[in-house]
Amino acid sequence: MPTASVVKKSSRASQRFANRVGRRAPELIFGDLWAFDPAPESADPKLKPRYNLFINGKFVAPKGGKYFDSINPANERKLTEIALAGPADVDAAYAAARRAADGVWGKMPGRERAKYLYRIARLLQDRAREFAVAETLDGGKPIKESRDFDVPMAAAHFFYHAGWADKLEYVAPGRRVAPLGVVGQVIPWNFPLLMCAWKLAPALAMGNTVVLKPAETTSITALKLAEIFQDAGLPPGVVNFVTGAGDVGAAVLNNATPAKIAFTGSTEVGKIIMRSLAGSDKKMTMELGGKAANIIFDDAPLDQAVEGIVNGIFFNQGHVCCAGSRLLVQEGIAEKVLAKLKTRICSLRVGDPLDKNTDIGAINSREQLTKIRALVAAGVKEGCAMFQPQCVLPPKGFYFRPTVFSGVSMSSRVAREEIFGPVLSILTFRTVDEAIEKANNTSYGLSAGVWTDKGSRILKMSTELKAGVVWANTYNKFDPASPFGGYKESGFGREGGRQGLLDYCKLI
Amino acid sequence: MLVRSPQAALQRLFDEVGSVDQIGIDERVAKYGTRSIKKAAKVWGLRTAVTMVDLTTLEGKDTPGKVASLCQKALRPDDDVSIPPVAAVCVYPSMVRHARRALGNNSSVRIASVATAFPSGQAPLKTRLAEVKAAVADGADEIDMVINRGAFLAGEFGRVQDEIAAVVTACGTATLKVILEVSELETYDSIRAASFLAMRVIRPGDFIKTSTGKTSLNATLGNNQVMLEAIRDFYLDTGVAIAMKPAGGIRSAKQALTFLIAVKETLGDAWLNNTRYRFGASSLLNDLLRQLEKEKTGAYQAPYYFSEAAESY
Amino acid sequence: MVRLPITKTPKVYVGGAFIRSESARVFPLRDAAGEFFANIPQCTRKDLRNAVEAAAKAGPGWAKRTAYNRGQILYRLAEMIEARAGEMADAIALGGATPAAAAREVAAAVDRLIYYAGWTDKYEQVLGNVNPVAAPFFNFTVTEPMGIIGVITPDEAPLLALISLVAPAITSGNTVVALASTRQPYPAILLGEMLATSDLPGGVVNLLTGFRAEMIPTFATHTHLRAISAVVNAAERKALALGAAESIKRTIMLKAEEKRDWFATTAQSVDAIRDTLEYKTTWHPVGA
Repeated sequence: MPTASVVKKSSRASQRFANRVGRRAPELIFGDLWAFDPAPESADPKLKPRYNLFINGKFVAPKGGKYFDSINPANERKLTEIALAGPADVDAAYAAARRAADGVWGKMPGRERAKYLYRIARLLQDRAREFAVAETLDGGKPIKESRDFDVPMAAAHFFYHAGWADKLEYVAPGRRVAPLGVVGQVIPWNFPLLMCAWKLAPALAMGNTVVLKPAETTSITALKLAEIFQDAGLPPGVVNFVTGAGDVGAAVLNNATPAKIAFTGSTEVGKIIMRSLAGSDKKMTMELGGKAANIIFDDAPLDQAVEGIVNGIFFNQGHVCCAGSRLLVQEGIAEKVLAKLKTRICSLRVGDPLDKNTDIGAINSREQLTKIRALVAAGVKEGCAMFQPQCVLPPKGFYFRPTVFSGVSMSSRVAREEIFGPVLSILTFRTVDEAIEKANNTSYGLSAGVWTDKGSRILKMSTELKAGVVWANTYNKFDPASPFGGYKESGFGREGGRQGLLDYCKLI
Repeated sequence: MLVRSPQAALQRLFDEVGSVDQIGIDERVAKYGTRSIKKAAKVWGLRTAVTMVDLTTLEGKDTPGKVASLCQKALRPDDDVSIPPVAAVCVYPSMVRHARRALGNNSSVRIASVATAFPSGQAPLKTRLAEVKAAVADGADEIDMVINRGAFLAGEFGRVQDEIAAVVTACGTATLKVILEVSELETYDSIRAASFLAMRVIRPGDFIKTSTGKTSLNATLGNNQVMLEAIRDFYLDTGVAIAMKPAGGIRSAKQALTFLIAVKETLGDAWLNNTRYRFGASSLLNDLLRQLEKEKTGAYQAPYYFSEAAESY
Repeated sequence: MVRLPITKTPKVYVGGAFIRSESARVFPLRDAAGEFFANIPQCTRKDLRNAVEAAAKAGPGWAKRTAYNRGQILYRLAEMIEARAGEMADAIALGGATPAAAAREVAAAVDRLIYYAGWTDKYEQVLGNVNPVAAPFFNFTVTEPMGIIGVITPDEAPLLALISLVAPAITSGNTVVALASTRQPYPAILLGEMLATSDLPGGVVNLLTGFRAEMIPTFATHTHLRAISAVVNAAERKALALGAAESIKRTIMLKAEEKRDWFATTAQSVDAIRDTLEYKTTWHPVGA
């Protein structure tokens, strides 16, 4: 990249210094003295030219015979085509799931179900690099994230939940548990494979069978996972994948068969689903949007906080429901934190998701890019100060520079609406109480971050923040053993940990 | 006559310079390890690393002969004459004059010497200062001193700082490198505080350095990062550019490149040269040469193709 | 000449005070024999709104009480009911229960409170845990009360069902706005008086009387209610679920169509406490 980002120190202290010695304020140069050559990941993603539906253990053509293109958001080129499921296909998937639930999976001893899940985890580990490349091609996320996070974490979810399958009497103290039967699941495009694992692993460990619909822009790794199910010998019908857009999702959700619906996606769609399911007596788990506050106190370890801010908002291009999109900084250090943040952002590399050195990849779709642009324009119009580094974006594909708004007020749109992109809004606070008030002043409640060196304050903040996950002196950490899910309009139910299993069983 | 900094002024040193979260630093530096450096970028990084090496021998059995051959290696690391000389040789004070004889007076390779009762520093200040002066008089261009860790851990920050200031004076025109001996300071918080303590009394272009290489834990990406961030904060605050030298434990070219990525992403382009960054190492140089040869020929290289190799197997 | 007794004017217990409906409406309550007993406040959506305000005010303080203290207060409430057991049994008997059955229901309600009083400082140890994550972090999951819980009680077991729905919610520090049985509201009126003398802070439990059809739409759509715990029929379930969608409200709905034994030990559980809890997971690095 032939551009150099220069970070100037502009605080009054250094201005004074600069004036005193009669030279420019000190600056750091993040230029191209040592430019990195392209380092594309070369593993073969082994994509088929066309993917069919996965129903009853087999890949089957959709009854309507229609397919839609899956696009690489990094260059807008077609990757493959994906079957478009119709209502009859969804019915067939549910019929298969019903048969599997009643005939095999529900009756199978837990220790045997466990072995299938262990096998799936192992087979996924075997093909980790292939899956990582496929995920990156399909969704635009940097290869280092799909390689180091999405795929290993997906395998870990199967491995963790496998061990539960024969220990279910420990899930709810004093109670016995039973599977619900058939479960319908709809997942989003931000972590396609990982969300599959999050949803499938606990459901299967508990003895349920599943019909799952991946997001239409990111169906590939789910269908590759289906290949692993075949290799693992998973009984037909235990997991069925139907692909397509919102209407297919509606068919999955509104089918009479499932006893439970699990959805991850936006709060807006979550509300539509809840309305459509009203009166159905189906159990539900909703993992919805967020507008997390990441709170930095003046005694925080600042460089690590800055790293946490970067990790909080730029991880996966900010396509993360728990992204730390509202930065709350204590007034006295606001200028310092902003300066450090700018410095750090200048060394982020935006570009080809397949390049091993890319930190920020492609926005998942044109539609999402349009939405991000509109909200950023709103931020500019509202008078917030915007910072973006001087990086060159690839000519084709959907890209957006990491963006920081400072001088944001609580009523700004960029501070209230979920942007789901690499856009951070900085607000300030003065006292602990004010930080808590501002953090909780939202209809969301998925996650929050707090940075301080004072132990008792961490515990107080953790108690007061109305959020399902609190990251203290860290951010965006996940683990299959750690329950994840929201308060308020960020949804209900938990995924992961012992608590996550409760949402896939009935107590008897 | 030593003028003591008022101890009271330094009592809040740790609060002033801020804290460091250990896990956060470790996560940050783990990301450097995932950078993939290929082709021209790799060659540039390896060659730059060669120029940053302080080629070191610090053994009781060092002799004038050993030092002379080290100096030859420093001047001309490889048969390939396009390979640049290293930054400096680093020897005990008693060896400085032998190094000077071997290198001559106009060499681009500088002579660094570990004075101040290296590695423990446990000698009277007067003795330590005398050692510094003697090394400079014998021809040392650079002095690598150790800080008084005992005083630091006892909270006598003023004393630590005053001793550094005294060594600065004793150095005259010689460049100073202040060894914090990070393994004895133990925590990142202490490393950051000690970095600031030193930076406030040394001169632009002087170094802070991780370790003596004589303890169990030497330079790591983590403590390197803590010190780079301290240098960055100090620079942005005062305009004074301090240089950095990790030492000990950096043996492979891959490690060195990762350290350089940390420099590139923390301090930027202005620190990617040997006036601002050095590696204190002995076996690193040959691995850099091996990898450069591999980049040139495409074939992996046996260690004994390179002079002064430690491994003969 | 026989002395004419002074009859009590029934009032509902909201925000620690005894009030009439803001609408000034009442409905007549007759005993099993059809004799007029008293006029009961016919609460409306505005009374629900006010009750939610009262609950919101009381909530933070109640949630911050120590678990030990909440347990003592629940125990105290049981003491207050036990002490006036005869009066409460008469209130239940108004609906036609035999004196023995009514006395049995009061005893069961007292026992239920004792059961939950004992849980206040234990459920967390059963429901929460430390999570062994694969990284250098200390990670733990605790529970927290959701906030304001709307309770809609069935017509049967007017005291026991009400206690069985309210007690698990307040055990953890939630506050409650409950709609009493329409057919048998008087035990709830009386319970209000016992709550007032039980050390339970005003506003933690707010009891409304009135008509389900009139009240359920507001329970459904009030977005400050974080959950609804209700015994409801199919149409009511749908109405509550539709309303819940607008603010992603949690619903714990028992089917009114199904027969249920409120006296059985299965009608009490730590899971009922869990139903009105959120799980919160906290991460912190372990380093020096």
